[in-house]
Amino acid sequence: MSAAAGGGASVRIEGCGKTFVDGTRGLEPATLDIARGETLVLLGPSGCGKTTMLRIIAGLELPDTGGKVLFDGRDVTSVPIEKRNVGMVFQSYALFPNMSVADNIGYGLKIRGVAKEERASRVAELVALTNISGLENRRINQLSGGQRQRVALARAVAIRPGILLLDEPLTALDAALRDRLRGELNRLLRTLGITTIYVTHDQSEAMELGDRVVVMRKGSIAQIGHPREIYFAPNSRFVAEFIGAANIIEAPVENGHLVLPGGRQPIGGDASLASAVAMIRPETIGIVDAGGAPLCGTIDSVSFIGDRQRMIVSAASDKPLTVDAPNTVQAKAGERVGLSIVPQAVRLLPPEG
Amino acid sequence: MSHRSFVWLCLLPLGAVTVAFFLLPMARLVVTGAEGPLGFAGYLAVLTEPRYRATLINTVVLAAATTIVTLVVATIAGMFLQRHRFPGRAVLVAMLTFPLAFPGVVVGFMIILLAGRQGLIGDFSNRLFGEKLVFAYSIYGLFLGYLYFSIPRVILTIMAAVQKLDIGLEEAARSLGASPWAVQRDVVLPALAPAFVASGAIAFATAMGAFGTAFTLATNIDVLPMLIYTEFTLAANFATSAALSVGLGLITWFILALARSFSGSTVAAAG
Repeated sequence: MSAAAGGGASVRIEGCGKTFVDGTRGLEPATLDIARGETLVLLGPSGCGKTTMLRIIAGLELPDTGGKVLFDGRDVTSVPIEKRNVGMVFQSYALFPNMSVADNIGYGLKIRGVAKEERASRVAELVALTNISGLENRRINQLSGGQRQRVALARAVAIRPGILLLDEPLTALDAALRDRLRGELNRLLRTLGITTIYVTHDQSEAMELGDRVVVMRKGSIAQIGHPREIYFAPNSRFVAEFIGAANIIEAPVENGHLVLPGGRQPIGGDASLASAVAMIRPETIGIVDAGGAPLCGTIDSVSFIGDRQRMIVSAASDKPLTVDAPNTVQAKAGERVGLSIVPQAVRLLPPEG
Repeated sequence: MSHRSFVWLCLLPLGAVTVAFFLLPMARLVVTGAEGPLGFAGYLAVLTEPRYRATLINTVVLAAATTIVTLVVATIAGMFLQRHRFPGRAVLVAMLTFPLAFPGVVVGFMIILLAGRQGLIGDFSNRLFGEKLVFAYSIYGLFLGYLYFSIPRVILTIMAAVQKLDIGLEEAARSLGASPWAVQRDVVLPALAPAFVASGAIAFATAMGAFGTAFTLATNIDVLPMLIYTEFTLAANFATSAALSVGLGLITWFILALARSFSGSTVAAAG
């Protein structure tokens, strides 16, 4: 695909912090390497510093003194955004209302002095790539949210950027459209192979799109890893609870078992601990017969969700446990059941988390 | 009483006021304009009689120049004031809008103090070059006066429009490689176009019709309101002054309508 710009540039940010004019710290000094062609997702709740980090990489914010941004090893810290050759998609899309769809997509090429014919063919290529054929002459206010999102993406990619930066590009859309566009966006990013940095607060977006995910909290990086790593092996209570649903259990440990009100649960690993904070994902808990099970509890409620059913089980642990059981399991509220959890599914977290 | 007739009843006072204070005098003015020795051809005289025509062109040029210079000054100042925070900003904005409170007479007085025979500029140029620079009693003094009271009106409108600009648009243009100039040309100015038309229309209409400043500066400045005044009070030429009044109204209205449709079509043409 000619749209691919040879995989784009690698990015390194070195000790980049950001203190705002009013003295608040938006970002603690952070260092991060993003490989050529990689899709990196910055994930976190609002105010965690993810957008600030994106804007520093874009060149829209200057890092505090000492911070450095490098593209392909070249220091671009003092290079303004218009000279960084980055494609950017904004949450509001920021499409130019005084231009047609085609003029929006071709704007970056026009600024670069690309000849009219070449520009038109490049625009046509992107219109096809982003599935907006037939809308070229529309005005921006005649487009739906999903169409705007595609135009914004086409415009950002048209200039063959070394790095593509996306700031919550799907947040403004409704849920069904968001899911569909997420899949489309994923395929497109893989096709283009541009180095991509994607900011979102939506963990399922982060999981699906990210080669690696950076979970952020209060201006610092909480964990960096592959989506599976982040999901199954969170390094803190914050990450465990932010990504998906999680049961957090604090209990004493005896001979490699959590000692719980409803029984004993093997944890594997370090048997010398006296107590532990553990995380168990709801879908890793199996519902079995109460007889002979090492850990038992009482079902408080069952909510049928369709593809699964969510049960709240009390009396097994100090707090009620959330269990995601297959939709075929027959169990009613009030019933006493056994809980089967493989030791590997119990993830120990650092106690202070 | 039906809902509909109730609404009509409520509109009745507005209708009465419109007829009594707007339509009737307007109709009377139009009729008076045709009561001269030339009849309805009196209206044509506004355009054909050299003195009237020259005054008309003078007035339009003065109003247009006032509008353009006001827009340029107010846009630069308004954008800066809206986008930057510095000590004394609030005081500066308040001072800039202070002239709003002055009537034309006071503005004229201030122009005389500045550029009149005893004015500051005259004193200054006298000391420097040994010659007094005096332009208060001419169309240049009037131009300065109109600038002085147009800028505050326009600056407030522009500041409000700048505040509503989506910074994201400018950032998007920059990310696509646009230089600061290109961002202004392609993004900021088109987005401000409606504010330019709205505030420019007010500046233009005010400069076309204002009287107080011109009257304070001199009685022989060739602008339409002064001409109407002299025809009406000094020459008691009711028909001509009425014809000139109608002409002034129509021309102002026509140019404003033109500007509005032009700005609308440029926005459409860009798409």
